[in-house]
Amino acid sequence: MSLAFDLALCAFILGAAALAVAGRNLFGSVVFYIVYGVLIALAWLSLGAVDVALAEAAIGAGVTGVLLIGAWQGMKEAGALEDSQAPPWPVRLWAALGAALTGGLVITAIIALPGQDGLTRTVADEQGALALGNPVTAVLLGFRAYDTLLETLVLSAALAAVWSLSPERVWGGIPGPKHVSRPDGVMASFGRLLPPLGLLVGVYLVWAGADQPGGAFQAGTVLAAVWILIVLSGLRDEPRVSSLPLRAVIIAGPAVFLGAGLAGALAGQALGYPPGYARTAILIIEYALTVSIAATLALLIAGPARRLS
Amino acid sequence: MSPGELLITALLALGVFFYAAGTVGLIRFPDTHSRLHALTKADNLGLGFIVLAAGLHWGDAWIAGKLALIWLLALFAAGMAAQLVARAALKPEPRE
Repeated sequence: MSLAFDLALCAFILGAAALAVAGRNLFGSVVFYIVYGVLIALAWLSLGAVDVALAEAAIGAGVTGVLLIGAWQGMKEAGALEDSQAPPWPVRLWAALGAALTGGLVITAIIALPGQDGLTRTVADEQGALALGNPVTAVLLGFRAYDTLLETLVLSAALAAVWSLSPERVWGGIPGPKHVSRPDGVMASFGRLLPPLGLLVGVYLVWAGADQPGGAFQAGTVLAAVWILIVLSGLRDEPRVSSLPLRAVIIAGPAVFLGAGLAGALAGQALGYPPGYARTAILIIEYALTVSIAATLALLIAGPARRLS
Repeated sequence: MSPGELLITALLALGVFFYAAGTVGLIRFPDTHSRLHALTKADNLGLGFIVLAAGLHWGDAWIAGKLALIWLLALFAAGMAAQLVARAALKPEPRE
């Protein structure tokens, strides 16, 4: 894309970031954070990183935005917005120092990457061994599978943390408020119209992910959005947090991933794949992960249990 | 500039005009419902013109079809969001 476009985009990104951090109004900050996520997705697109752009738009802007708005709503209901004051100077100074240090480390790491196009060539040379067309999937589930495994475990751990905030009298109950909508209303119609389409897009994203942009995280987010829409339109209710099938779905992805890693370890290489079966193993892991990520994200947004029926 | 390029430029300009009109409405209009009207109607028209321009620019029926589908989905989403926001905005002062 043209230089003028990239420069304008950079200016917008810096502007949105500044407004998100410096804003006095918390809700305004959340909105600018979402705008920032959308702009960053455009930047990744401009760099030709379609996979990252998809993930950033879906998770960075979408899911995180919804979570932040939910947190804002919770703070408002608890009356915590009125007496929230800007943190004292020492806190801000330490935060700025920490951010500067992290930024400096990231810049150093990027500059230290070998060659002009980083590890692109190395990945392209080795990618054939996994029989995958998409270099990003090859890195995420092959060469750096360890990182991805930990990421999925972090998601499950986060959900466990959210659930542990449930009050005792509704322990193991149903998360989120009960949504009712008029059967012929706008919300219910939309809840019937969009899910089939979202399902198609989600399945396509994970199916295409092996050879084209897409993958478990992007597909999982779309599927989570489909479920949230169905719940919002009152067509189905959230499951009980204590439901055994639900918990099985949530740990299915990480369990399959860990199983594959252990099997590799027994065969001599942890998280390694047997020659000739790498693609099959990676596809099975991707599909299992998609279902688990979808369920985990949807339930993270639903929050802790709030009622018994 | 070829006639085709001229047409694409004109369509883009029209699209930008409607986006600008929608944004002016969002800033200038006094209440939520008028603002919604500006945002969801003018902007969708603007998106339609830009989608038309992009489709002509690519000159590929497959891509143009995908763009048209995206526009249709944006229309559905904007229409629904407008209805929901409008109803939520009614709650503090019920008029019906």
